[in-house]
Amino acid sequence: MEYIIIIIGTVLVSNIVLANFLGICPFLGVSGKLTTASGMSGAVLFVMTVATIITWLIQNYILDPFGLGFLQTISFILVIASLVQVVEIILKKVSPPLYQALGVFLPLITTNCAILGVALLTIQKEFTLVEGTIYAIGNSLGFALALILFAGLREHLELMDVPKGMRGMPIALVVAGILSLAFMGFANLVSI
Amino acid sequence: MNQMTNFTKGFFKENPVFVMLLGMCPALAVTNSAINGLGMGLATTFVLVMSNFVIALIKNLIPSKVRIPTFIVVIASFVTIVDLSMAGFVPALHEQLGIFIPLIVVNCVVLGRAEAFASKNTIGSSIIDGLGMGLGFALALTMLGAVREIFGNYSVFGYKFIQADGILVFILSPGAFIALGFLIALINQFTKKA
Repeated sequence: MEYIIIIIGTVLVSNIVLANFLGICPFLGVSGKLTTASGMSGAVLFVMTVATIITWLIQNYILDPFGLGFLQTISFILVIASLVQVVEIILKKVSPPLYQALGVFLPLITTNCAILGVALLTIQKEFTLVEGTIYAIGNSLGFALALILFAGLREHLELMDVPKGMRGMPIALVVAGILSLAFMGFANLVSI
Repeated sequence: MNQMTNFTKGFFKENPVFVMLLGMCPALAVTNSAINGLGMGLATTFVLVMSNFVIALIKNLIPSKVRIPTFIVVIASFVTIVDLSMAGFVPALHEQLGIFIPLIVVNCVVLGRAEAFASKNTIGSSIIDGLGMGLGFALALTMLGAVREIFGNYSVFGYKFIQADGILVFILSPGAFIALGFLIALINQFTKKA
């Protein structure tokens, strides 16, 4: 039951993009087309879940026992950067079609603050390993939901007659704001 | 390029937030008041200046294949310094900014300047570039924070000029997107001729 609450909480109530402002760069950058948006969401789902599990293990079995808490930021970002590389190499060998689909998005993920953000939040909220994994999956689903909804909206926005100064990014940001307003309707549904 | 234009380009012409649309996560997340925006901007400025300095210093020693991981390690070291110093000296602000202090590591502005500028230029101009870009970032965050605070709480830097509740939505997350959208639109209207 509590796992379902974590999923609902991360996807709808405190959506990672629209309420917590993590992963804004890919949210604005690759949301131009629906196909790229879903490719990015898949890559994030994969890397975020694996990265959260590995950083959780590092925090609890290496950093905490040896009192190395101050190395948290450095070690986490290195883990994520190398993980992205490893994933890229493995995918290339094992599953070329999946690599084709996710390929271009993988390097971008290193600088996606949602990955590091979720890894840090999992430690901060003192989740167990299973809770942390569910939390990461929920957050990446929330990211996918926001990104795909927004990509759909932006495809329509292309055809609209927008005032000169508002064209491009400004109108996209205002639409994101309205989407975020809609998600506020879920506030206090559950709390995590 | 002379040093003065190198310094001032970060303010308007190549402002990281308003023009280049980099570093949007902290720009949206921590700007619910002007003082938070300023604090975040100055923390980022420090990291930018120091990482630009170190990277310009060691740029000839780094093999180009491992340059990105090297940059990230340099940046992460300075972010850790900022994180721990802020926790020690300004605990209240540190509490407010929360997770976004360690997330300066993945701020595209910092890595972007390291890759695009500091790895190709001299130490002096890299420091000036870092300072200009950082202050431009701080300026943008403070402006956005001030706008949201003025409408959301009827106050500037904590000084309340109308004794009433503000338009709450500007303090909440939707207000961040909408306020930034209109600020960029305003700047586009005045700067872009076409």
